[in-house]
Amino acid sequence: VEEILSLAKRKGAEDAEVFLAVEEETSVVFEANRLKQIENCQSMIVALRVIKESRIGFSSATSLNDHKLLVERAIEAAQFGPRAVFELPSHIHYPKVRNYHHEVETFPVESMISQASSLISSLREHTPQLLCEAEVSKSVTTIQLLNSRGGEMEYRQTLFSLGVEGILIRDEDMLFVGDSQSSCQLLSEPSKISGSVVTQLERAKRTAVAPIGRLPVIFTPLGLVSAFIAPLSSAFNGKVVLQGASPLGGKVGETVFDQRLSLWDNSLIDDSPGSYPGDGEGIPGQRTPLIENGVVKNFLYDLQTAGLAGTTSTGNGIRSGGLPAPSISSLIFATGDTNLEEMIHNVKEGLLVEQLMGAEQTNILGGEFSGNVLLGYKIENGEIIGRVKNTVVSGNVYTALAELGALGSEARWVGGAIFAPPICCANLTIGSKG
Amino acid sequence: MNKLFPDQANLRELIAEAIKAFQADYWEIHLEKTTATSIQYRGRELDSIRQTSSSGGNVRALVKGGWGFVSFNQMDNLKDKIALAIKQAQLVGKEISQFVPMPPVEDFFAETPATDASKLPLTAKKNLLEEYNGIILSTPKIETSNIVYHDSSKQTIFANSEGSYIEQRKGGLALRITAVARDGSDVQQAGLSLGSDGDFAEISALHHQVRETAELAVKFLSAPIVKSSEYTVILDPVLAGVFTHEAFGHLSESDFVYQNEPLKEIMRLERRFGNEQLNIVDDATIPHLRGSYKYDDEGVPGQKSYLIKEGRLVGRLHSRETAAKMKEPPTGNARALNYHFPPIVRMTNTYIEPQANSLSQMMSGIKEGIYVKNWYGGTTSMEMFTFSAGEAYFIRHGEIAELLRPLVLTGNVFATLMNIDAIGDDLKMNQGGGCGKGGQSPLPVSNGSPHIRIQHCLIGGK
Repeated sequence: VEEILSLAKRKGAEDAEVFLAVEEETSVVFEANRLKQIENCQSMIVALRVIKESRIGFSSATSLNDHKLLVERAIEAAQFGPRAVFELPSHIHYPKVRNYHHEVETFPVESMISQASSLISSLREHTPQLLCEAEVSKSVTTIQLLNSRGGEMEYRQTLFSLGVEGILIRDEDMLFVGDSQSSCQLLSEPSKISGSVVTQLERAKRTAVAPIGRLPVIFTPLGLVSAFIAPLSSAFNGKVVLQGASPLGGKVGETVFDQRLSLWDNSLIDDSPGSYPGDGEGIPGQRTPLIENGVVKNFLYDLQTAGLAGTTSTGNGIRSGGLPAPSISSLIFATGDTNLEEMIHNVKEGLLVEQLMGAEQTNILGGEFSGNVLLGYKIENGEIIGRVKNTVVSGNVYTALAELGALGSEARWVGGAIFAPPICCANLTIGSKG
Repeated sequence: MNKLFPDQANLRELIAEAIKAFQADYWEIHLEKTTATSIQYRGRELDSIRQTSSSGGNVRALVKGGWGFVSFNQMDNLKDKIALAIKQAQLVGKEISQFVPMPPVEDFFAETPATDASKLPLTAKKNLLEEYNGIILSTPKIETSNIVYHDSSKQTIFANSEGSYIEQRKGGLALRITAVARDGSDVQQAGLSLGSDGDFAEISALHHQVRETAELAVKFLSAPIVKSSEYTVILDPVLAGVFTHEAFGHLSESDFVYQNEPLKEIMRLERRFGNEQLNIVDDATIPHLRGSYKYDDEGVPGQKSYLIKEGRLVGRLHSRETAAKMKEPPTGNARALNYHFPPIVRMTNTYIEPQANSLSQMMSGIKEGIYVKNWYGGTTSMEMFTFSAGEAYFIRHGEIAELLRPLVLTGNVFATLMNIDAIGDDLKMNQGGGCGKGGQSPLPVSNGSPHIRIQHCLIGGK
């Protein structure tokens, strides 16, 4: 790695940075209730960023065998690259965050198999006809970052994930249920997941005709993520703000959301898969408030975007395909004061949505969303009366979150990266074929 | 042969030895080398420009119905990797393997695009993208733009325990151009998405379309949101292609079906899915389309498969395992995104065959309906699907009327296919975007259709 840096310098780079990630992942895959496949994936990426004549060039490869080509390509790209408006970090003291557990690395494949099969059998005890796919995986990643200003960072991270999806077919009706969890430490309680899926199965036992019109819609934490996270991650992305495509641009300090709503990004939560001591550019991880009591507080930045925007990096230069760009680490919603039962109890007619399909494939920049209720239930007089189908829920994220019906008091992790409570939107459009 | 991996000069010998040495019902090895160029603009700023190369491989083994899969970047000790995949498969396998045998093939296949993007200098690519970006940004009321360009050239080696050895080379190119208009906190976007087998000429004369896209984004600012309801809709060939892919294509992938008894009953051959005019085809053999190939990732020749003929289900897409388990012939549809993934059943180029109706015939008689064009995306749960239009207009009294904001259409596959009551005469294939399944995205596919008319289609909105 040091050789790549010095070669880049010799080829005329003023500054250079090498990012190396080496990962090994093992997964057990169940299909149709049975163990189907065991996978072992070893991968490596080496990414080189150079600054030559103040311009950024980038290249990446999957082996350390050809330094020369890696450097040549980055130098060539730098002729055309964007003008660098940042300095690579030098010696930095990193905050402590726990994201490695040796017992994940040594956890036997046989135990992963038995976790998945016990998860499936507990679901099939509840619903014998349920056909399940499940996956348990563990990985360990070593990150190394070195730059020509003496900046240096190295850490190891483990990740453990457990997920199940069930399908139940009656005549031509297909019911999909499922949940997953992931963490840097072992997940020793598959019962948490099976409990959540059993609740879905219970609520979906009966069917109901969806109401039509502008009505209250409650989103479970899973439902909230399926409908709101894509537009919010885009709106708080410093790059989107900088180019003028975020509806929140220029609104720092303004009350845009319901006053009960607070949201922050935090890369320093122990055992969260999105956590790191330093981001993909070696900037220390931190907690960044995005919304505080309804007021827009900050956007997320990497070094280059922060330079262009005249601010500082929030330590969110996250590497995807090797190149750093602003992205969320973990998103945390503050909880409110209504539990889900009360929330449901207070709705005379409306929906409880567990998954909105296709909602992310709309104008996420503007916040307009519209999706099929893949899993959701009708609420009538404060009670769930059955699952709805052929139903579409539409709205605008900013209008929906400007005045909440209620904010849930109990939050949970969804997919390891988002900690969210249920929310009730007072007024969304429901369309349905009944 | 094997000029691809000079450090694996003895690959053929190694494989021959491994065939003798290892005990498995079947195993295969994939090696791959890809070089790619990506260029991205955000507004006036060049956001990133990069050249990447990646190489790696995998081994997949089948023992008593169980699979082991090992992927890697380091090509050394290939024998150990084969041994590990077999060991994993042994841990899984408890039945009898069902896998359609294929006669050994030895072949080399490369399709060269007309103007090979991977051989063009960076300046040529950058200059063209800057022209397009300039057109968008000079359009009044446009706030910003996003341009994402990617080209790649991929070379693969496939070999298996049956003695097959196949080298293939395939190019790819994808371009997404988005124009963003803004009025206060109202942000609207319009986009253009194209792809090719690596032929740069396919994207080099879009100036007019880019201008129209930018103007459309501005018009969306003052366009109304449609009322959520059921409508008679006419889909343009691009969106009808996405519909074909999402609403029906995925359901014809046998890995969803082969282990699911109730679904097998729903998907029984000869069942009626649509009216007599409806023919749906998946075809990997059309030259120069993104979804085309000579051999799939299990060494089976790609082919043309009718999925629906005259409204009835007549076929489905298979891997060698799903074909064996369903006792149907393999179709050559096992594909992997890259060497990190095992092959799974995927579409190639999927389309609805044209019929005799002109667009104006299909429009006439619609008192109030919606004409939808272009796409943002689409997704499916097999029974339910959604797909989003990039552009929409009211149809009033058989004529296209006012512009609407982009909208989402949704439905149930069984009801919706039956509700297609007219199919046009103007088949077009679209090569933009890509397909995602099982975490493998974006896989190059193309899809197409003539204009089609659907009755009682549910649309989200106000």
